[in-house]
Amino acid sequence: MKKVEAIIRHFKLEEVKDALTAAGIYGMTVSEVRGFGRQKGHKEQYRGAEYTVDFLPKVKLEVVVDDSDLSKILDTIIASARTGQIGDGKIFVSDLDQVIRIRTGETGADSL
Amino acid sequence: MTRRFYWTALLTVFLSGLPMVSAVAQEAETAVPASEISPADTAWMLTSSALVLMMTAPGLAMFYGGLVRKKNVLGVFMQCMFLMGLMSIVWALWGYSFAFSGTNPYFGDFDAVLLKGVLPTWDAATETSLVPAHGTIPKLLFVIYQGMFFIITPALICGAFAERMKFSTMCVFMVLWGTFVYCPVAHWVWSENGWLLAGDFAAIDFAGGTVVHITSGVSALVCALLIGKRLGFGQEPMPPHNLTYTTLGAALLWVGWFGFNAGSELMATPRAVNAFASTHLAASAGLLAWSVAEWVARGKPSVLGASSGAVAGLVCITPAAGAVDPLWGMVLGLAAGFVCYFACTTIKNKFGYDDSLDAFGVHGVGGTLGAILTGVFATKAASNGSFSGLIDGNAVQVRNQIVGVGASVLIAVIGSIVLLKILDAVMGLRVAQDDEVQGLDLSQHGEEGYIFY
Repeated sequence: MKKVEAIIRHFKLEEVKDALTAAGIYGMTVSEVRGFGRQKGHKEQYRGAEYTVDFLPKVKLEVVVDDSDLSKILDTIIASARTGQIGDGKIFVSDLDQVIRIRTGETGADSL
Repeated sequence: MTRRFYWTALLTVFLSGLPMVSAVAQEAETAVPASEISPADTAWMLTSSALVLMMTAPGLAMFYGGLVRKKNVLGVFMQCMFLMGLMSIVWALWGYSFAFSGTNPYFGDFDAVLLKGVLPTWDAATETSLVPAHGTIPKLLFVIYQGMFFIITPALICGAFAERMKFSTMCVFMVLWGTFVYCPVAHWVWSENGWLLAGDFAAIDFAGGTVVHITSGVSALVCALLIGKRLGFGQEPMPPHNLTYTTLGAALLWVGWFGFNAGSELMATPRAVNAFASTHLAASAGLLAWSVAEWVARGKPSVLGASSGAVAGLVCITPAAGAVDPLWGMVLGLAAGFVCYFACTTIKNKFGYDDSLDAFGVHGVGGTLGAILTGVFATKAASNGSFSGLIDGNAVQVRNQIVGVGASVLIAVIGSIVLLKILDAVMGLRVAQDDEVQGLDLSQHGEEGYIFY
């Protein structure tokens, strides 16, 4: 099993969610995050004080998939989250040791 | 134990002096049957009193509260809210007396302590209540109206030491500051015998440019300097946490200011209308001036700038409201928008003091500008013959305005320094470093402003 973490733009969340649901995922987790990559921050001014905001708000979504579904899911995320501009985000993929459904105790792919 | 003893002793000494002093001046009271009080003026002044209270909270509380970081929002709200209670009680107990009673031109006395001479008495002969009057309204209404000013003036100072002052010390400071700085200046400017009301140095202060804005603004600067900068000032970002509060707070201040300025006529007259109109146009012009200045200097007009400009215009017109016509009011507002913008950006950055929310930059600078310009633009036509300034051929008025400003600045600076030095030694001015990092909401009040689940 793989865990896919994707950092995407806020306004792309619905589109990505719909595309992933259509591609057959069973669930996902979303959180508000802040960070920076190549996209530069911006300046804000309050009366005399000027601040550079380096950490930009993004959405992080986490999906766990069976190994066989990985490439399809990655393609789906890339297709639906892309605008072509700097700041579209990143995808991180990692191996996952175990998944357990709390209600039934099922483990592995059955519990997805 | 010892603390309680001191308070009890203080109260006993204070109250034991009352019977002696209260027997002195009785004759000057003018009490009339209730039917001789003007219902129209009374209605307007009741409304104005409520409007001025609204300026402190929600008005100022939101205006200031939005500008701090979110860990300190309750700290600011509490300062405003608590002062509404605290200063009102002080006003009824002795504040009003210190500000408005007595024949000494410099200081009030104890004659009206505990609302003495203010409340109606029963006249058995005529079967009617005799109501002590102030002009055409009950004196009690005058006391309540002036009491609202006694609340907002110290609350304005809170902008200078926001996010770091110890709450307990703030409470004591405000009681003492109100007693020893606000009351004397109110006495000079507004009480019948005040040295700035009539005589050689008669200054024009229609609604409190010197009494409210200069005293609070200058004391704010002293606070910012003596209490010191916030931890991390200049190193870490301290942007406002909620400018929507700030904008709505400014709008509430604007509305409340009609009670503040047009109410200062104490009657519903054409001069009150003049004060209303010049107040409104000054706020409008201030808003435009600050916004345009930002637009030109930085490329974008900000919401904070528009809000600040409106408040700057309101501050500037305060002493002039019932003395200049509304078109000159517009000029005062424009001047305030530009000058206060400069004070809050360039000057503050140059000197590096941490006047967190620009209490000095807006109220000290705008108040001083307004006081002086009042001496220039006051006319007999606008003020029903009461005031005339430079454009009316009365050049000496400008000098008197400067004297008024100077005297107010002097007492505010000296009073604030003395009080802060004493309180620093006795109680400490700042919260502990850890408490400041944690935020005043949790460290001073044990609460958080925002809990979202």
